[in-house]
Amino acid sequence: MLTLSNLMAILPLIIVASTAILVMLGIAWRRHHGGTAVLSAAGLVLALATAPLASTALSSPPLMTLDGLAQMGTVLVLLCALVTVALSHHYLTGYPGAKEEFYLLLLCAVTGALGLVASSHLATLFISLELLSMPLYGMLAYSVRSERALESGIKYLVLSAAATAFLLFGMALLYARTGQLDFAALATGVAASLDAWVLAGAVLIVVGLGFKLSVVPFHMWTPDVYQGGPAPAITLLATVSKLAVFVLLVRLTITAPGFSSDWLASLFTLLALITMLGGNLLALFQSDVKRLLGYSSIAHFGYLFVAIVVGGPLAVETAGVYLITYLLATLAAFGVVTELSSPFGSEDAAGLHHYRGLFWRRPWLAAVMTVSFLSLAGIPLTTGFIGKFYVLALGVWGSQWWLVGGVIAGSAIGLFYYLRVMVTLYLPEPGMRRVDAPGDWSNRIGRLTLMVVAVLVLVLGVYPTPMVHWVAGLSTPGF
Amino acid sequence: MILVWLILIPFLGGLLCWQADRWSEQAPRWIALGTMVFVLVISVVLWLGVDFSVPRVGGSQWMLEWRAPWIPRFGIEIHLALDGLSLILVALTGFLGALAVLCSWHEIAERIGFFHLNLLFILGGVVGVFLALDLFLFFLFWEMMLVPMYFLIALWGHSGSPGQTRIRAATRFFIYTQASGLLMLVAIIALVFVHYSNTGELSFSYGVLLQADVPEPLAFWLMLGFFIAFAVKLPVVPLHGWLPDAHAQAPTAGSVDLAGILLKTAAYGILRFALPLFPEQSQAFAPVAMTLGLVGIIYGAVLACGQQDIKRLIAYTSISHMGFVLIALYSGSELAIQGAIVLMVAHAFSSAGLFILSGQLYERIHTRDMRVMGGLWGRIPVLPGFTLCFVAASLGMPATANFVGEFMVLFGTFPSAPVTVVIASTGLVLAAIYSLQLMQRVHYGPEHRTGALAGPDAREYAMMLALLVLTLTVGLYPQPLLDTTAAVAGPVAELFSNSADLIARAGEVN
Repeated sequence: MLTLSNLMAILPLIIVASTAILVMLGIAWRRHHGGTAVLSAAGLVLALATAPLASTALSSPPLMTLDGLAQMGTVLVLLCALVTVALSHHYLTGYPGAKEEFYLLLLCAVTGALGLVASSHLATLFISLELLSMPLYGMLAYSVRSERALESGIKYLVLSAAATAFLLFGMALLYARTGQLDFAALATGVAASLDAWVLAGAVLIVVGLGFKLSVVPFHMWTPDVYQGGPAPAITLLATVSKLAVFVLLVRLTITAPGFSSDWLASLFTLLALITMLGGNLLALFQSDVKRLLGYSSIAHFGYLFVAIVVGGPLAVETAGVYLITYLLATLAAFGVVTELSSPFGSEDAAGLHHYRGLFWRRPWLAAVMTVSFLSLAGIPLTTGFIGKFYVLALGVWGSQWWLVGGVIAGSAIGLFYYLRVMVTLYLPEPGMRRVDAPGDWSNRIGRLTLMVVAVLVLVLGVYPTPMVHWVAGLSTPGF
Repeated sequence: MILVWLILIPFLGGLLCWQADRWSEQAPRWIALGTMVFVLVISVVLWLGVDFSVPRVGGSQWMLEWRAPWIPRFGIEIHLALDGLSLILVALTGFLGALAVLCSWHEIAERIGFFHLNLLFILGGVVGVFLALDLFLFFLFWEMMLVPMYFLIALWGHSGSPGQTRIRAATRFFIYTQASGLLMLVAIIALVFVHYSNTGELSFSYGVLLQADVPEPLAFWLMLGFFIAFAVKLPVVPLHGWLPDAHAQAPTAGSVDLAGILLKTAAYGILRFALPLFPEQSQAFAPVAMTLGLVGIIYGAVLACGQQDIKRLIAYTSISHMGFVLIALYSGSELAIQGAIVLMVAHAFSSAGLFILSGQLYERIHTRDMRVMGGLWGRIPVLPGFTLCFVAASLGMPATANFVGEFMVLFGTFPSAPVTVVIASTGLVLAAIYSLQLMQRVHYGPEHRTGALAGPDAREYAMMLALLVLTLTVGLYPQPLLDTTAAVAGPVAELFSNSADLIARAGEVN
């Protein structure tokens, strides 16, 4: 039964869900773009404010576990969503069709993500995952007049549906063998009867989740979807969606140790290796920044898989820290793409030629982009380096020398394309003038948010102790 | 606290330069110059204030030390310390930094503020490398100076031979150094974790890790991790691929920094970290390292003889000279190690002089191709004379600092590795060949064009004169330099001979 304490524990989720309903009613009553954006942002801020309150709740509601990992996921999901809302407003002002529903979709997706990070039962997992994915189809194809966006949305829909089928089949197999849907009970059941069917079920679940994370053999959708979708939708896809799914994967591997049997561990190692190398290699000669960032995010989840392979409390901490560094850098990078593409025209400014000499036209945006790319490349004095340090430390700690080698090789390859984009920002353009784009109110909010994110990348890179403390406090102490 | 300021001043100065761009064109230059002179003055004042000839009381080898917790989760501290070696190198950084600003006074005409931001960030990072005693912090600075160097080459460089764009050279430089740096990071982390599982103490501190007891096969791999990172930067021959292009395509200031200071960080790293952390493994590795050094000496010299581009020629001579340094560092003799330090300083002066001179030539005749030079002695006043002086220094003429360094290196290494020394000495002959060839092809011979070119102005005169005076001073009276670094070279040599004894004794037991 649900108790008051249970409700308190999922207060952020409830608030976001009710904000979604409020936004829907508001749109039905009167369309107002600014108002909708402010309402959505207010709902997210309120949810964020109640997150510490929720963490004091003593018991988790059924089907969910609200541990440190879930709290971390909740806070990060809400922050990413907030940044996306701040960026979307200016972007959407140029969109000719209905603008307000974008926020409705966004809030629904965030609700799904909040459920996903806390779920400890296959039923909540499935429902939350679908609640996260369905609105994303709509968001990706939001600009329905654009061929690319439609392609992107439909591609994601079809492939996502296929992945869902894999996931469901895997769940069915596990359920057939163990008769359990709860993660913990499932773990004991799996440990008791580890046969081909159980392994097949586990592998199918990994395939389903691996699709959402675009792990290498299941990454085919990523570049096209990243390239075609509207920039704010991609921002949400690259941050909130991947974050939530990865947190769930971490939970699966820590609550179900049977999940990390030798056989599966070597499978994960292989996936991690080909993901980090494949992502980086494929990104090498991209000339579209959104595509490039798509491949780069593939590579980053390859690095993150080191945490899944090694396991243990330090792995949870590593996953947390690396996720934060990845999120900050990705938000900043996609934020710049969004800002440059705002207000919405027929297509996003994603081609590399848009970025040539950006530093001399819009120095602050170029600075943010530089910082975010340095962070993605893992250069010291940015958070990316702290993340890379954690991953390497974890690999060494777990004596996974292959993975350590993979991370080094991947980083070296990755530098090539990160540097290529970065130097493009500073190359002079004939006849360039030194101007910054004029800013109105909504424009300034977006840029201010970006500046805050970029400053965070630098500050947490120089003094990571607060971040490390927070994450270490939330993952189980040990090590 | 003064150590923190030594690092912070270049960074703050760099930011100021960036913003000063909007006031006037000259402002960033003056600010950058002032910043580097300030660093130089601080280090010289520190130097004059301490007597190095007496052993330090309390047993601490550090003149100054500063530490503060940074990431307590991993036992990482901001731990800075200064001894004779770091002091010399910091002063060198300040001096060459000021020269780098001066020599780009007319060369850099656009994006001046941003240029000086990058230049000062490199120098700040280098100072950090020389002062950091926490291995994490060391690595941080080690990697951090790469980004501004990348921008320096990629944005202000020259596009050299066709197909070799400056961006490609910069990228290659970055990937080489970054990838090898990550190997070192892995070695550092592994070292820390080994120490942690032995003692339960998680620390990146140099002093603590010196005591780490690493089991044998692992220790060798870790030593190799450090060595490769330093070998790429030094550079040691099979890993030198980035250097000629980076030098040829960098602006003059970049070349001066690269040859004068960045290469020295590698030698410093070997001396400070690779040797003391893994003395036995280094001892066992010494024959390989010396062979690599020999290959470097001969290879660099032979290739230098065949270059057409004057900056590439100087770049290859750097490889040759650093080969001597590598041999000396692994010889385990105090005399040779001190010689290596003198040679590092001397090479910084002579290569900086030659690079600045080739920059000045480029400003006058707009080419670095030696095939279209010749006969410049009659066309440019004063500069050819200076060139002759630095060429003489580079080939190790007595009375120059290079002679002292090379002589000490060869003399100190001879007892332990006579064959190596004999072969290395042929490098000196080759040095004479390529140096004189440089002089001959550029300044003597038939004139390609006629017409007088402008002589050096006061700024150029002052730079050359300062470098020359320093080269001669160190060459004629190197004792102060030797006194300053004796406290560093001694213990390293001792560690080496101790571990040699250990190995010998182990052999007897078996």
